[in-house]
Amino acid sequence: MAHTTRVLRSEWTKVRSVRSTLWTLLIAAVVTVGLSALICAFTASDFDSMAESEKAVFDATYVSFAGMSLGQLAMIAFGVLVVSNEYSTGMIRSSLSAVPQRGTFMFCKIFVATALVLVVGMATSFTTFFVGQQLLGDHGTTIGEPNVLRAVIGGGLYMTLIALFTMGVAFVLRSPMLAFGTLMPFFFIISGILGGVSATKKFAHYLPDQAGTMIMTVETGGGGEFGVGDRPYGPWGGLFIMALWVVASLVAGYLVLKKRDA
Amino acid sequence: MIELEGLTKRYGEKTAVDRLTFSVRPGVVTGFLGPNGAGKSTTMRMMLGLDSPTSGHVRIDGKRYDQLQEPLNHIGALLEAKSVHGGRTAYNHLLCLAQSNGIPDRRVDAVLDMVGLASVAKKRPKGFSLGMGQRLGIAAALLGDPRIVMFDEPVNGLDPEGIHWVRNLMQQLAAEGRTVFVSSHLMSEMSVTAEHLVVIGQGRLMADTSMADFIAENSRTYVRVRTPEPERLRDALHATGVNAVAADDGSLEVDGQPAARIGDVAAQHRVVLHELSPQNASLEEAFMRLTAESVEYHAHTAAQGQPPGPAPGQSQPPGGDRPTQQWGTGWKEGR
Ligand SMILES: Nc1ncnc2c1ncn2[C@@H]1O[C@H](COP(=O)(O)OP(=O)(O)OP(=O)(O)O)[C@@H](O)[C@H]1O
Ligand SMILES: [Mg+2]
Repeated sequence: MAHTTRVLRSEWTKVRSVRSTLWTLLIAAVVTVGLSALICAFTASDFDSMAESEKAVFDATYVSFAGMSLGQLAMIAFGVLVVSNEYSTGMIRSSLSAVPQRGTFMFCKIFVATALVLVVGMATSFTTFFVGQQLLGDHGTTIGEPNVLRAVIGGGLYMTLIALFTMGVAFVLRSPMLAFGTLMPFFFIISGILGGVSATKKFAHYLPDQAGTMIMTVETGGGGEFGVGDRPYGPWGGLFIMALWVVASLVAGYLVLKKRDA
Repeated sequence: MIELEGLTKRYGEKTAVDRLTFSVRPGVVTGFLGPNGAGKSTTMRMMLGLDSPTSGHVRIDGKRYDQLQEPLNHIGALLEAKSVHGGRTAYNHLLCLAQSNGIPDRRVDAVLDMVGLASVAKKRPKGFSLGMGQRLGIAAALLGDPRIVMFDEPVNGLDPEGIHWVRNLMQQLAAEGRTVFVSSHLMSEMSVTAEHLVVIGQGRLMADTSMADFIAENSRTYVRVRTPEPERLRDALHATGVNAVAADDGSLEVDGQPAARIGDVAAQHRVVLHELSPQNASLEEAFMRLTAESVEYHAHTAAQGQPPGPAPGQSQPPGGDRPTQQWGTGWKEGR
């Protein structure tokens, strides 16, 4: 236990002492809040011209998280950098010479990074919600409405799980270029294409990001352009599917770390 | 104390380290020699548990590396490849390593001072020169005040002052009873630093012996004689059963005889001598001879009666203009 505490301290020093990594967290927060605010402002001014059917399923909470689709990319960048920088710089050899218990090493690195992401993710989620509702004005909702608090906390959890998933993948792929080159298209293009084509939509619903976003919806009938109304699972079910992806990626990352030469 | 037993590492078809068995003892500097690609760095990475051996094992003070709770307090290493995040200051780099092993923070300042990097403690290593990076690596190795230190080509990139410092440091660490294991290609440096040698070629153990024995066993000590009448002296020596060989520069070289005996013979025959000097081989010559002999093996059997291997000082670096694959093949058959 004392050993784990020491390694946790060491990993905390590592995270806080590299500026470029910390920047990605700030960018994730700023982009999410900024873009969501923009979309909320537009939505508010266009609200009256929306069709009645759209108005019926309008999800004020979900709209205030719209910027997260872009902000999560910065979160992914954080997850990739925090892990694969060890490999690209050769730091991993120093790290594993100091902490040869690879399971402990991985646990502590991920624990520290996750704690940081959770704090930033929650702060981002609450900020983007309140800013968004402010801009939506009359069309907005409040945190006291049913399921809204769940959705806002869910936004923070979603960002945390995305980062966790990314870290597992980065432990498998090691090279930052390879990790970015795999994850960015995956979340930005593949998930979008599969989700957009009706034939593959059913499968796309089980991708980590698409399943995870369910936790941020309140009006289960709607969800606007993301079309979360036709899902075979609810908000927590979606988060659970995402958590399964996270577990799979972390297990794969651990096995690679354990087996392969540093 | 580091113990290797049957340590083997294969990368696909290639055997980088081949059944190495030896121990590195405390109290002396042990030099680790071998031509490029011999497997030195691979061996050292396996000692640190970074690469896992295909077979065999390494024990550090009797334990597997990953059984050491706080390894930096037992063994400190400078590796060949850079192992530092360029964006984390020198101080923070050492701090995170120190914290993970329960080493007090003030030790970070102490080692930075020791290696002469105190003034750049708050700078990022990506701006460091080769030698500064090397010093930071050495600082990391000394962090836990370990009983065992291991350096892979530590003087690489160091200035003369730095080389001098590393040499003194290693000798001092050994004098304090620590285990010091160091690889280098600088033979002159090694010959003044190391007392014991482990030599490998193509992953195999070629020698595990004291520096003095290594030189004696793998080099030719001879007496160089210069005279205006080489033919007369040669005949005179021949008459007493001593063989003198004419060297390219006109001098004579006599193997296995004390200088005094040659001087006596010259005096008896009233031959004027301009030089009579015993030649002791250097580590470099011995090392090259060991490696050259192995390649020379085929030529030797093909052309009967040639002296075994080139004379010291004339030997060619192994594999200098031959494919490295060739290196050591003869040696294996020669055993
Ligand atoms: N990760 C790897 N994958 C494949 N082959 C490797 C790997 N690491 C080392 N090798 C091979 O193993 C052999 C030994 O390499 P190593 O770096 O240990 O030699 P060395 O004795 O340190 O050489 P040098 O004096 O040049 O530093 C080389 O043939 C090298 O190509
Ligand atoms: Mg090497």
